[in-house]
Amino acid sequence: MEPSLRLTTPGTNGTGLAQRPHLASDRIMDARVTRSPAHGTRRRLAAPGLMCLAAVLAAGCASAPKPAPEPVGAGTRPAPTTTRGLESPRPVYAGPWEDPSNPLYNRTIYFDYDTAEIKPEYVPLLQTHARYLGTNTGTRVTLEGHTDERGTREYNLALGDQRAEAVRRFMIADGVVPDQLATLSYGEERPADPGHGEQAWRSNRRVIIQY
Amino acid sequence: MSRDRRLPPILATFALVWLGLGAGPAEARLNIEVTGGVEAAQPIAVVPFGVSDGLIPPVDIAAVISADLARTGRFRPLPTRDMLDMPSRHEEVDLRDWSLLGMNSLVIGRVETEGGGFRVSFTLYDVFRGNQLASSSLVSTKAGMRNTAHRIADLIYEKLTGQPGVAATRIAYITASGPGEGQTVTLRVSEADGYDAQTIVSSGEPIMSPAWSPDGRRLAYVSFENRRAAIYIQELATGRRDLVASHPGINGSPAFSPDGRRLAMTLSKDGNPEIYVLNLVSRELVRLTDHFAIDTEPAWSPDGQQIIFTSDRGGSPQIYRMSSGGGPAQRISFEGDYNARASYSPDGRSIVLVTRVNGQFRIALVDLDRGFTRLLSNGSLDESPSFAPNGSMVIYATIHGGRGVLAAASVDGGGNQRLSQDTGEVREPAWSPYIN
Repeated sequence: MEPSLRLTTPGTNGTGLAQRPHLASDRIMDARVTRSPAHGTRRRLAAPGLMCLAAVLAAGCASAPKPAPEPVGAGTRPAPTTTRGLESPRPVYAGPWEDPSNPLYNRTIYFDYDTAEIKPEYVPLLQTHARYLGTNTGTRVTLEGHTDERGTREYNLALGDQRAEAVRRFMIADGVVPDQLATLSYGEERPADPGHGEQAWRSNRRVIIQY
Repeated sequence: MSRDRRLPPILATFALVWLGLGAGPAEARLNIEVTGGVEAAQPIAVVPFGVSDGLIPPVDIAAVISADLARTGRFRPLPTRDMLDMPSRHEEVDLRDWSLLGMNSLVIGRVETEGGGFRVSFTLYDVFRGNQLASSSLVSTKAGMRNTAHRIADLIYEKLTGQPGVAATRIAYITASGPGEGQTVTLRVSEADGYDAQTIVSSGEPIMSPAWSPDGRRLAYVSFENRRAAIYIQELATGRRDLVASHPGINGSPAFSPDGRRLAMTLSKDGNPEIYVLNLVSRELVRLTDHFAIDTEPAWSPDGQQIIFTSDRGGSPQIYRMSSGGGPAQRISFEGDYNARASYSPDGRSIVLVTRVNGQFRIALVDLDRGFTRLLSNGSLDESPSFAPNGSMVIYATIHGGRGVLAAASVDGGGNQRLSQDTGEVREPAWSPYIN
């Protein structure tokens, strides 16, 4: 098994940093994004201590020199000044969509095979969310499109995008401001059910409204 | 208030670890199994290479050459135990012995020390005619010995088939281990025989669609780090990379033009998946398609004049062709109701694609001149076909024993092989071009 956090220091494998000029200055750390099903999307750094250790190995934690920028314009990133929120074991109530008794709790709609058409049975669910977003204009959601595993990966990425886009258009037509809505297609890359049969496929063809 | 799901920029910078090729120890390798179809293969004997006194070569050169030749499906190497003698010098060769064993060809060789490394010499004989077909020597470092063996295999293959060999090429592929949200996804590069697999990108988010630059030095890929899709181009030798597309919506299907100066891709920034070409020098982005249907999976013709792509504009996914400058597209796939992810053979005369047959997704070869389609695989969820640079084989992803593995099939139907890891899924293989 591969470790998820890989720190490579000079001398550990005989190749040294000379062959990898960017490893030392650039990106040694792995900020992991994890999700807690009970709280929608939550962000957490898996290994804050290692981050600091890595920074020490790279350049010294407190006074790190500026890292080499990414080679070309679009990828250029700012110097590493990092701040981090306090981690709290207390559950955070982010919004009514986390309350199982609230209609906003249902945030997933399902699709037929190879289509981005919204089924009539999901219209009330989408209207409920559209109404909430219409009155809570500071709330933003990501419409996450997914497909089942059949067919090619890039076609499915496009199909997931069309599903998310169909929901976006529905919500805009229902009065939601476009700025509140982002789309993200994962295609078949993030199945809800990793199985290979009809049942798995049915639960994987979906759009999730992520608050 | 909603919580911001995107990482702050500084954390985004650190959202990933990668290692340059050439860095890090060899990791998990792909295990190769030849799974059949070698009846028409030519018998050849590759005799264990002789060594000078006390020398222990780091690699069994003859074994690597034999395995390389067997994998092509065109050769059937003689097991060492069946050899009557083991010559390593010309004066020790008696071709009658090899004729008796039914061999068409014989390879002998020697490994000597030279400087800090080795000199590997070999001779290829035509057993029937009794003459030498090739004789050469290569200087190698200790670490480069497997590659040297692959290069010799390629020279032998070319001499005997008239076509360059691909044993010294590489494959890039994606691995995934662990369940959904907690999984680790990596982009790896290994030698064509699955050895020396090295991770060049590792992420907790999906990585997709690796695509080689024509010089074999860079890979373009799609990464979902930072919780959005973006296309990167990464230099293998250094691990340096360049973010080339990060628009709203999907950023997918990168494909280098044959001259390496442009990158075709799929973007949905204008509301629908369309095909674009990014000039990697000027950074000019040109949109090629304009249709409310899905347009994706662009692939260049070898001369760079045409782009083929997948579109469902006709009601089901089919392959279309247009000029690489844009303009009208014509449908070129007609058999079946699902054809996708097509790419050209190196000679431009055929394409390989994913087709659905009775609900099963399989790899098919379409002869563009004759419109003739032939299935190359027999799985149910086969995908991501990629031609070897000599056009002799196609590598693709399939499911075996409930797990994602890679498989390769000879285009002429001669041989098949399977490449798997001990753990986790392997998918989306991309065969490299020739690497000098």
